[in-house]
Amino acid sequence: MTRSATELTVTRDDSRIARLAAAAIALTVAEAAIPMPLPGVKPGLANIVTLIVLWRYGWRDAAWVSLLRVLAGSLLLGQFLAPGFFLSAAGSVASLLALAAAMHLPRHWFGPVSHSLIAAFAHIGGQLAVARLWLVPHDGVFYLAPVFFSAALVFGLSNGLIAAHLLADRSHADRR
Amino acid sequence: MARPRLTAWLRYLRAGDLLVLAAAAAACAASFVLLWRGEQPDRAIVRAGGQIVAELPLDRAAELTVDGPLGQTRIEVEPGRARVVADPGPRQYCVRQGWISRGGAVAICAPNQVSLSLNGGGNSHDSLSY
Repeated sequence: MTRSATELTVTRDDSRIARLAAAAIALTVAEAAIPMPLPGVKPGLANIVTLIVLWRYGWRDAAWVSLLRVLAGSLLLGQFLAPGFFLSAAGSVASLLALAAAMHLPRHWFGPVSHSLIAAFAHIGGQLAVARLWLVPHDGVFYLAPVFFSAALVFGLSNGLIAAHLLADRSHADRR
Repeated sequence: MARPRLTAWLRYLRAGDLLVLAAAAAACAASFVLLWRGEQPDRAIVRAGGQIVAELPLDRAAELTVDGPLGQTRIEVEPGRARVVADPGPRQYCVRQGWISRGGAVAICAPNQVSLSLNGGGNSHDSLSY
């Protein structure tokens, strides 16, 4: 058997990101089984992982975990390149950009709950922008915006609290 | 890992978090008010036989009588709302509709070919299909 010409070296960073992305993907798939009254309203449990990664390892890792999760999650759910995939990608990119700014807020006053709420609203904003510009080019999409904002408020708060709780528990500190 | 009590979750909220939470809740409330209130009408438009016969501003009370094929239709305007008071039509649908106040709302007295509508409401549709 010939050896592969390319050698991939797996760094510790790579395996950590892969492990965390796997956790986020598992949450995405599990969440898809929860029935929701309105399409597009989801708890976004995988974002708990993104928040923890952002807090512990910084924005670069959070971006990797978040985008890998969108990609692999859509492949597993058969949504890859479907409208839902672009909506979720747009939402993730928007919330990562918002988090890039929000992470510089002083941590003494602004905890994971702030990050979570800001990311949730940016997520909805990105999704609505893509929906309005491309999928449903009519102002009617904004009619549902209050519902989405309410969902962002509730789930942004609860995800942020869960992330804060998990971060506060030292026993879960990841092995470097 | 122990599951925290309901009140114990509060300790994860830092001062700035409360600020962000309040801002988010305010944005939510504002979106409901701005996007779901609909456009406020400022004029009542009266048509007879398809032609506009009067446009009455909705900021003061007024009364109007319009002639149609069956007789006279009486229309009343109050600040913010309007109605058909009396109509010679047999089924009185437009009269029984009562006060209309939403943008784009309309009361039609078909037999007498008179309609009362409020402006605003923009490009709302009866139905949409994809």
